[in-house]
Amino acid sequence: MNLHAVNAIYRFEMARTRRTLLQSVVAPVITTSLYFVVFGAAIGSRISQVDGIGYGAFIVPGLIMLSLLTQSISNAAFGIYFPKFTGTIYELLSAPVSMIEVVLGYVGAAATKALVLGLIILGTATFFVDLHIQHPLVMLMFLVLTAISFSLFGFIIGIWADNFEKLQMIPLLVVTPLVFLGGTFYSVSMLSPVWQAVTLFNPVFYLVSGLRWSFYGQSDVSVWISIGIILFFLTACLGAVAWIFKTGYHLRN
Amino acid sequence: MEPIVSIKNLNKTYKGGFQALKNINLDIYPGEIIALLGPNGAGKTTLISTICGIAQASSGSITVDGKDIQKDFRATRSLIGLVPQELTTDAFETPWVTVSFSRGLFGKAKDPAYIEKVLKDVSLWDKRDNMIRTLSGGMKRRLLIAKALSHEPRILFLDEPSAGVDVELRREMWQLVHKLRESGVTIILTTHYIEEAEEMADRIGVIADGELILVEDKKSLMQKLGKKQLLLELKQPLAVLPEALKEFEIELKDEGYTLVYTFDTQAERTGITTVLDALRQAQINFRDLSTTQSSLEDIFVRLVKKDDGESLVEKPS
Ligand SMILES: Nc1ncnc2c1ncn2[C@@H]1O[C@H](COP(=O)(O)OP(=O)(O)OP(=O)(O)O)[C@@H](O)[C@H]1O
Ligand SMILES: [Mg+2]
Repeated sequence: MNLHAVNAIYRFEMARTRRTLLQSVVAPVITTSLYFVVFGAAIGSRISQVDGIGYGAFIVPGLIMLSLLTQSISNAAFGIYFPKFTGTIYELLSAPVSMIEVVLGYVGAAATKALVLGLIILGTATFFVDLHIQHPLVMLMFLVLTAISFSLFGFIIGIWADNFEKLQMIPLLVVTPLVFLGGTFYSVSMLSPVWQAVTLFNPVFYLVSGLRWSFYGQSDVSVWISIGIILFFLTACLGAVAWIFKTGYHLRN
Repeated sequence: MEPIVSIKNLNKTYKGGFQALKNINLDIYPGEIIALLGPNGAGKTTLISTICGIAQASSGSITVDGKDIQKDFRATRSLIGLVPQELTTDAFETPWVTVSFSRGLFGKAKDPAYIEKVLKDVSLWDKRDNMIRTLSGGMKRRLLIAKALSHEPRILFLDEPSAGVDVELRREMWQLVHKLRESGVTIILTTHYIEEAEEMADRIGVIADGELILVEDKKSLMQKLGKKQLLLELKQPLAVLPEALKEFEIELKDEGYTLVYTFDTQAERTGITTVLDALRQAQINFRDLSTTQSSLEDIFVRLVKKDDGESLVEKPS
């Protein structure tokens, strides 16, 4: 393994974030604050409690999940798509690296960025609500696993995409709706039985639920199911990357 | 001597079905500079891309330093530096960052002193902290050279290194290439400037329509295919060529003031004395005489094009 290469890619990607600090950190924090103000204040004044948790506190795990998912995906997708777009990918293809180093570098950086952002949003949340996290280690585990899995997913999108439209299609058209419909702003028990059943097919629902359990010790489904789902997703993405690695899909002429 | 790059029966067909390389066989030896010449679309870039791992060969084998480029890609690629034809750079990075990145990518530990040397060698040291998009085209070209040299490669591919580089800088670049060669680096370059090949290369390869139609030592190529001309400046202009001279390959130029006799340097007899004798007998006096040799450019044009402009190489119909 070419560790110098992993390090070089990782640092290069992290440096890119530092340069675009406004876009990559400040913007998500502002968005999340807006959610707190709009949802927390407006809706929270009507729904004072969900499952015994104050509404403002109830939405925190979902909001963190929303940022974590979208940032993981877009960071990783953009990271590998951009060299393809500008042509600098030639260097990656002619370097003594295999897909393993490329994935570690790009996905590692994307996951790190998303994770840091998730923690920043958690910090922001404390300005709006009182938080007592019951299982901080489980929370961290969820954040890390989600960041890695969805950065892998983003990497796959970045490899697959051959234009900017495709690059943004999945985060925008699939992930954001899934997060909104995955119980970020409500508990599924508030839905009709039909919609409850539909929600069970939404993978993001399990992630939000699991993260919420780590915060408040209670959730819509068992935390073990949530852990199972995230591990399954991680495995699936690793499998897909291994397949891309084998076929050289979309990269080499 | 063992070749450092050895290409055997290489074929490359792109996905659309276009065959860009046809049965290429080529051995490149350590420390030499080989120039690949050929018209647009001949397959020069494809050949380089295939050796460097950017494109995959359809059949055939390539070894670098005795190792297969697919099975042993880590070993072979770390020996190679590539300067691509297209100016592809990270617009928002600085030369310092991007050259350091390249070094890491190719598996070398950090060495700021070496990066400094490379940037100085390509005269970009004072631009090291500027954003790349603010560099001129020629500076970007040199930046790509610096990136390719960042990991101290033993083999350097230069795909049209002097496209867009001004005359003075081109000279500097040639010097850099010669310096690299002196340090033992093998250099493979493609160019459209025949002058460049003539100036730099030890050997010349000519590619046309995906085929390597010729690989020769530059000197022997120029001797073998080069023709010499004897120019005779006359005291009195001639209106027509006298009968006595018609049996030679002689032309009249400069409104009759110059006689041009073309001869083959490889022929057993050049025929110069015979021509001079014939002149004396016809009582034609000349003021001065000189000889010229055809340049690589003439040779190249003759190789790739027939007189009627058709390609020498048979095109499959
Ligand atoms: N990715 C590709 N897919 C399909 N065909 C390609 C691809 N890249 C190159 N070709 C074709 O292969 C042939 C050789 O192209 P190549 O770029 O190797 O030529 P070249 O000798 O480098 O030309 P130039 O002097 O213009 O740089 C051309 O006909 C080109 O259209
Ligand atoms: Mg080319």
